[in-house]
Amino acid sequence: MTTTVKDVEEGTDAPYALSHLDALESEAVHIFREVAGEFERPVILFSGGKDSIVMLHLALKAFTPAPVPFSLLHVDTGHNFPEVMDFRDRVVAEHGLRLHVASVQEYIDAGTLRERPDGTRNPLQTLPLTDRIRSERFDAVFGGGRRDEEKARAKERVFSLRDEFSQWDPRRQRPELWQLYNGRHAAGEHVRVFPLSNWTELDVWQYIARERIALPDIYFAHEREVFNRGGMWLTAGEWGGPGDDESVERRTVRYRTVGDMSCTGAVDSHAGTLDDVIAEIATARLTERGATRADDKLSEAAMEDRKREGYF
Amino acid sequence: MTTATEQFAEQLSATTLLRFATAGSVDDGKSTLVGRLLHDSKSILSDQLEAVEHASRSRGQEAPDLALLTDGLRAEREQGITIDVAYRYFATTRRRFILADTPGHVQYTRNMVTGASTAELAVVLVDARNGVVEQTRRHAALAALLRVPHVVLAVNKMDLVDYAEPVFARIAAEFTAYAGSLGVPEVTAIPISALAGDNVVEPSAHMDWYGGPTVLEHLETVPVSHDLADCPARFPVQYVIRPQSPEHPDYRGYAGQIASGVLRVGDAVTVLPSGRSSTIEGIDALGESVSVAWAPQSVTLRLADDLDVSRGDLIAPAATAPGTVRDVEATVCHVADRPLTVGQRVLLKHTTRTVKAIVSDIPSRLTLADLSQHPAPGQLVANDIGRVVVRTAEPLALDAYADSRRTGSFLLIDPADGTTLSAGMAGSAFAEKAAEAAAETADGAADDEGWDF
Repeated sequence: MTTTVKDVEEGTDAPYALSHLDALESEAVHIFREVAGEFERPVILFSGGKDSIVMLHLALKAFTPAPVPFSLLHVDTGHNFPEVMDFRDRVVAEHGLRLHVASVQEYIDAGTLRERPDGTRNPLQTLPLTDRIRSERFDAVFGGGRRDEEKARAKERVFSLRDEFSQWDPRRQRPELWQLYNGRHAAGEHVRVFPLSNWTELDVWQYIARERIALPDIYFAHEREVFNRGGMWLTAGEWGGPGDDESVERRTVRYRTVGDMSCTGAVDSHAGTLDDVIAEIATARLTERGATRADDKLSEAAMEDRKREGYF
Repeated sequence: MTTATEQFAEQLSATTLLRFATAGSVDDGKSTLVGRLLHDSKSILSDQLEAVEHASRSRGQEAPDLALLTDGLRAEREQGITIDVAYRYFATTRRRFILADTPGHVQYTRNMVTGASTAELAVVLVDARNGVVEQTRRHAALAALLRVPHVVLAVNKMDLVDYAEPVFARIAAEFTAYAGSLGVPEVTAIPISALAGDNVVEPSAHMDWYGGPTVLEHLETVPVSHDLADCPARFPVQYVIRPQSPEHPDYRGYAGQIASGVLRVGDAVTVLPSGRSSTIEGIDALGESVSVAWAPQSVTLRLADDLDVSRGDLIAPAATAPGTVRDVEATVCHVADRPLTVGQRVLLKHTTRTVKAIVSDIPSRLTLADLSQHPAPGQLVANDIGRVVVRTAEPLALDAYADSRRTGSFLLIDPADGTTLSAGMAGSAFAEKAAEAAAETADGAADDEGWDF
């Protein structure tokens, strides 16, 4: 066991103040441990994106020196970035974790789901996700959702009860008081748990920098073949782009979020390091989702509607 | 990496976190204040503003309706009301803020209670033209009941009273006296105009008689956290970490978040409810071994003796350990739509421990506006606040809520379906002076209708 000793700073006005990152970390760890203490079969939704990578990092810290007592679940749209899939598999192997994969492509191949005319597969994730939750009898499902992302998520609880159809009913949410999370649920119901609820995009990046957490390369500036659709730079690929009237160009870009290639846009950026990214986010004039997510622009309540159906 | 970027990053990471809640009735200008804080701290980004402008236009409104920023649900936008607490995030170079934005015009005391339960500061808004009204007293009473450590009185719409100092001084004096009688330790009164921007972020050019901080300055500098560190240490055990791996064959750590106080290696501790004692052999702060840790850090404790300790136990310094009780006397805010009745079987969740319990008595129901007590109401319905006595199946190491918001609070839960029924605060409701104040201010004409949190 290492024995570095962190002493209280003497002579400061607030010797027992925690930095905002320490406070957020402490709260998230508390949430992970509550779930471990109260549920039978929790699972972490893991996409290989920055929020789920931070969640896994927090879970590792929460239970050290013991292993994380949860498995991982990825809903694979079939249109994911290959760099992110490689990263996902490396992380899973490195920590000896168990990964469940629910595949949208398999549902399409079986005829259960139909490809949408606009080619986006994000809304198609809900059924494979909820089916897998039911078949594996997961009773707590960690998601990386943050309240600062979107106005419907701003109304989300840390512990969010879902019925047997995984539905979210914003009017029937339990009040969440103090740090007393109520995870009681009937058989067939489950609880979505959001340990990063109170984090902002900037908090996530500052934490990644502080903890030196590795990320897929696509979060940093690089040259890429992209084409413009609906004001967003999308990556060309077999998922269905570019169309006949769209032309590919080579630009220096990075991703602020990673998700389905058909609806996740890159942003023009020269931020090649964590510090560059932090400086860029701190002065950004667009939100993360506004800048890079096509599916949230489908309607004023797109996220709320998807969440009601069981999306995370 | 440039030096400027380095400095910038350092500046950002040195910040602390303040959680606060706003209380105000419909026309007090709460949305305007929240909107201005968010707007002036750059927390409304252009795509959000565009979305609000677009939605406002499609409703035929000329100016962007900033309430649409916070009303995120379909039903809220359709009805133009706020039906639930939303959490907002903004930051300055000095501090990060989590704002519990509670509904302004629904009869939901429970929403104010929800927002205030985690708040270290509450902003109570008053319309300068109306002064302290019944509504203001409810807000003050709830802040006092929930023991929110810092209360700000924002006297708004000063522009409509000619920025007159006597108006402000009179309201501030009346509110401070009332809040003081409820046991609110500290009130900071600030004259503002949320609409004109006076004393919200920028100091007012119209009120040179006011020498205090702006709202934002006060939010940035009010002390946090070490209030918790001053209390006796409390450590509810969340989870036992026992790897039983080749590298850690004998590791047994008790994981949890320090609820209050400071813990040091070598401290003599007692484990409740068993009463067994040991000493802290090691503190692991998420993988790093430390000699001291304090609230609200999440850590793992190792004890010198091999005791039987499990989730739900409380570790506390031997010298200041709480007693254990099975008859819990408390004030509860009832948050469920179904009532709470005498004789009802419930579950009680206190820290990490959930036990069976029965509601053995409901001695009184409180009227928040004048703090009068309605004896033996028989039941509590949604948004009621009342005194209860709950008998638990197992002993609880419970503090008075006055001493610790974390170890003095609990939930009552319906065992049938898990519904959260009530939010509980152990011990006396207000400071002792409150009872006397209640006798003085009670005018017997309290109107229970139109509660407005």
